Amino acid sequence: MRTRTYLRRWGRVAAICALGLALACEREKRRFNDASPSAPAYAAVTLDTLQPGVPSPELTVKSPSEGNAYDIAQGKQLFEQWNCSGCHSHGGGGMGPPLMDNEWIYGSSPENIVATIVEGRPNGMPSFRNRITANQLWQLAAYVRSMSGLEAKAPSPGRNDEMQYKVDEQRTPFRTPRASASKTLPAKSERP
Amino acid sequence: MIDRRGTRHISPTHVAARAAVTFLTLAAVGTGCTGGSEQTANAKTPPTSTASPGTGAGHTLVARNGIAAGQITIPGAEPEDGQWIRPAKDYASTRFSGLDQITTANASQLKLAWSFSTGVLRGQEAAPLVVGSTMYIVTPYPNILYALDLSKPGGPAKWKYEPQPLAAAQGVACCDVVNRGAAFADGKIFYNTLDNQTIAVDATTGKEVWRTQLGDINHGETITMAPLVVKGKVLVGNSGGELGIRGWLTALDAKTGKVAWRAYHAGPDSLVRIGPRFKPFYKTDQGKDLGVTTWPPDKWKQGGAGAWGWISYDAALNLIYYGTANPGPWNPEQRPGDNKWSSTTFARDPDTGEAIWAYQVTPHDLHDYDGINESILLDLPWKGQTRRVLVRPERDGYVYVQDRTTGEVLAADTFGVVNSTLGVNLQTGRPAVNQEKEPQMGKVVREICPASPGTKDWQPSAFSPRTGLLYIPHQNLCMDVEPVEANYIAGTPYVGMNVKMYAGPGGHRGVFDAWDPIARKKVWSVTEDFPVWSGALVTAGDVVFYGTMDGWFKALDARSGAILWRAKLGSGIIGQPVTYRAPDGKQYVAILAGVGGWPGAIVSAGIDARDSSAGLGIANAMRDLPNATTKGGTLYVFGLP
Repeated sequence: MRTRTYLRRWGRVAAICALGLALACEREKRRFNDASPSAPAYAAVTLDTLQPGVPSPELTVKSPSEGNAYDIAQGKQLFEQWNCSGCHSHGGGGMGPPLMDNEWIYGSSPENIVATIVEGRPNGMPSFRNRITANQLWQLAAYVRSMSGLEAKAPSPGRNDEMQYKVDEQRTPFRTPRASASKTLPAKSERP
Repeated sequence: MIDRRGTRHISPTHVAARAAVTFLTLAAVGTGCTGGSEQTANAKTPPTSTASPGTGAGHTLVARNGIAAGQITIPGAEPEDGQWIRPAKDYASTRFSGLDQITTANASQLKLAWSFSTGVLRGQEAAPLVVGSTMYIVTPYPNILYALDLSKPGGPAKWKYEPQPLAAAQGVACCDVVNRGAAFADGKIFYNTLDNQTIAVDATTGKEVWRTQLGDINHGETITMAPLVVKGKVLVGNSGGELGIRGWLTALDAKTGKVAWRAYHAGPDSLVRIGPRFKPFYKTDQGKDLGVTTWPPDKWKQGGAGAWGWISYDAALNLIYYGTANPGPWNPEQRPGDNKWSSTTFARDPDTGEAIWAYQVTPHDLHDYDGINESILLDLPWKGQTRRVLVRPERDGYVYVQDRTTGEVLAADTFGVVNSTLGVNLQTGRPAVNQEKEPQMGKVVREICPASPGTKDWQPSAFSPRTGLLYIPHQNLCMDVEPVEANYIAGTPYVGMNVKMYAGPGGHRGVFDAWDPIARKKVWSVTEDFPVWSGALVTAGDVVFYGTMDGWFKALDARSGAILWRAKLGSGIIGQPVTYRAPDGKQYVAILAGVGGWPGAIVSAGIDARDSSAGLGIANAMRDLPNATTKGGTLYVFGLP
C-alpha cells in the first residue's frame, strides 16, 4: 500500500518532469536556417477584423519561433542589428511607435508582425522585403511580442545586454492588445 | 576660472557650486529676500517672485541691465513695416519688431482676438508670416499652407494649399514631423516639405508656381527647416543626421526652382565649394580636402551634417551664415577624426555658394552637438572699436561672439551647465574636451551636461537693440550615455548610442535668459519646469514673448524679466511668436500652439517612457509631460482691447 502510494506519487512527479522536459525541449529547439528571403508564409494573413458577413477561415501558419528561447534571444539581437531599435528604441518608440504598449496598429500576431516587416506600412514603416530571411523574421516577431509580455515568461529574455533602460522582457507584464486587428488574441487561460 | 588665454574653465565643483548659488538665489527670491539694491535700481516692477503661484517658474535677477540704447546696432536694419515676412523677421535674425503699441504698461490687458485650428496635431514649430493683409501658416506633415485674411474679423481662411508629401517620410523624421516655417519674397511663399521638396506658391492665389525635389527619403533625408530667400535664391538645407545622410545646403532660383548650386558638408573641397576664396581663421580648419581626410575611408558619405537650422545674411558683406548639424553616427568611436564639416559655422557667398570661411565649433562631436543654431548679426562695441560680429548661443552651451568677416572667435562663455568641455581656447578655436565625459564602448558614462539637445536646440533667440540684450530660450538637461555599434542601412537610423536624459542641476528643465553680449553674462534668468522649446520675440514696447511646453504663453518685461501677462493655450507651445500690425492699425501677437518636437514627441507621437532610452533618450526627461498637456495645432492671436 505504502509502496503503491510511493510509486503513484513518484510517478506523478516523473510525469510532471517529463512534461517539463518536453516543454523545455520546445523552448530550446534549434532548426535548420531557412534562409529564403522574406518567407511567403504570412501572405494569406488577414489584417482586418471587419470582414463583410461571415469571416474567412483563419490562416493556420504557425510561427516556428513562438515560445522558443533561442529564437527570441536571436530576435533581441536582430532587433538591434536591423536598426529596429533606431526607430522603436527598446520598445518605447521614437521615430516609430512604441512596441512595449498594448496598441497594435497592424496586429499583434506573429504573422501580422512578419507581414508588417516585409510589406512595410504607409506611415513610415519601411519594407524589408528581400532583405531579411524567413528565419530572422519569425525571430524578430517573437522578440517584438515579448516586449509587451505576449510571449511566455520562461523563454523571454531575462536580461538586457546594455544600459538599464527598462525592465527585461521576462519581467514585462502581459499587456492585453487593445482593439486589436490581430486575429490571435489568446484566450485568458492561454495567456503567458 | 579664466586662464591667461581668456579661456573659461569650468570644473565639476564649479558647476555644482553654481547650481547651489542659483538654488540659493531662487530660494531667496522665493522668500522675498532680494537683498541687492542694484537689482531694483532700474526696474519699475519689483523683481521679486515674478512667477505667479502655480506656474512652476522661478525668476532670478542676476545683475542690473546697464546698457544704453543704441550701443549695439543691427546691420542692414530697415524701418518697421508691421509685417513679418520671414521667421527671423530680418536678415540679421533678431526677431525684433519695432512695433510699440503693446508695452510693459499695457501688456497685462492682452486678450485673445481670434484663433484658427490647423487640423494637424503634431509639433507646431513654425512662425506665422504676415505679408500685407494676409497671414500664412505652415503645418507639420502633411505641410498644409494656409492663407488667412487679416482684413476681416476672425482671420478667415482665403485658401489652403496641400502639397501631399509622401506619408512614408514620417518614418525618417528623427524628432517629430515638424516644419519651421515659410519665407515670403517676390509675391511667392517658399517652403519645404518633409519629403524633400521645395515649393513656391503664389502668395495671392495659392496656386503652385514650381516644386523641386531635393532629396530622397530612402537615404534618410527630410527637410524641416524654413528657407531663406537671398538675392533671388531660395536657400534650403536637409535634415537626417540620425540617419546617415550626406548633409548639404542648396540654392534654388526663386523664379524657376532650378538648382543654382549645392554645397555638401563633407567630401572633397569641390563638393564643399571650397576654393581660392576660402580663408578660415583657425589652423585646424585650413588644409586640402579636410572633408575627406578627417574621416575614416568613405565614412564622409554617410556622415550626416545637414543644415536644418537658421541662415542669416549680411548684405554689405554679401555673405550668408549658417551652421551644420552633428556627424553620424553618434557613436564617436566609429568615426575617428575631426569629421569636417560637421558642427561647423559657414560663411558663404550666396551667389555662388563658395565658402569664404568656416569654423568647426565641435570637432569630432561626442554628444550630438549640432551647430545649426541661429547667428544673430550685430555691430558691437568691442574693446574700444566696433566689430562686425555674429552672436550664437550654441548647442554646446557657449554663447559665441565671432567676427563675421573672418570667423575669429572673440568670446565663448557658458550660459548653462557645461561639463562636457572645459572652455574654448580662443587661440586655437577648439573646445577643451573633458575626457571623463567621452563616450566609450562597453561603458556607461554618466552625468554629461548638457545632454544631446544641448543647452539650446533649434529654438531661436531674439535680440533687442533697445535693451542690448539677447533673449535665449533653452533647456537644462544632462544625460547618461552608452555607445553601441551602429549599422549603416540606408534610410534607417544610424545612431549607435543609448541615451538617458534628465533634468540638470536645479531640477528645472527649462530656462529663459536675458544675455548681455558685451558684458558676456546673464542679466536676468527665468526657470521653467519643462524645456523652453519655443522661440523668443522682443518688441520696441520692451516686451519679450515665449511659450512653455505646458501651454503658457508669456509676456515679460524685457529689461527686468518681470512677468507682465500670461495665457494658457490649448496645447504646449514650441512655436515661434511673431507680432504684426493688422489692417485695422493695431498690433497683434500670434503664436501656434501644439506640443511636439523632440521633447514633445512623448505627447504628439505617443512615446512610452517605460523605456528610458525612447525618443533618443529624451522620453526619460519628459515622462510627466503627458500629464501637463495634450496634442494640439491651433493658432492664437492676441491684441489689446
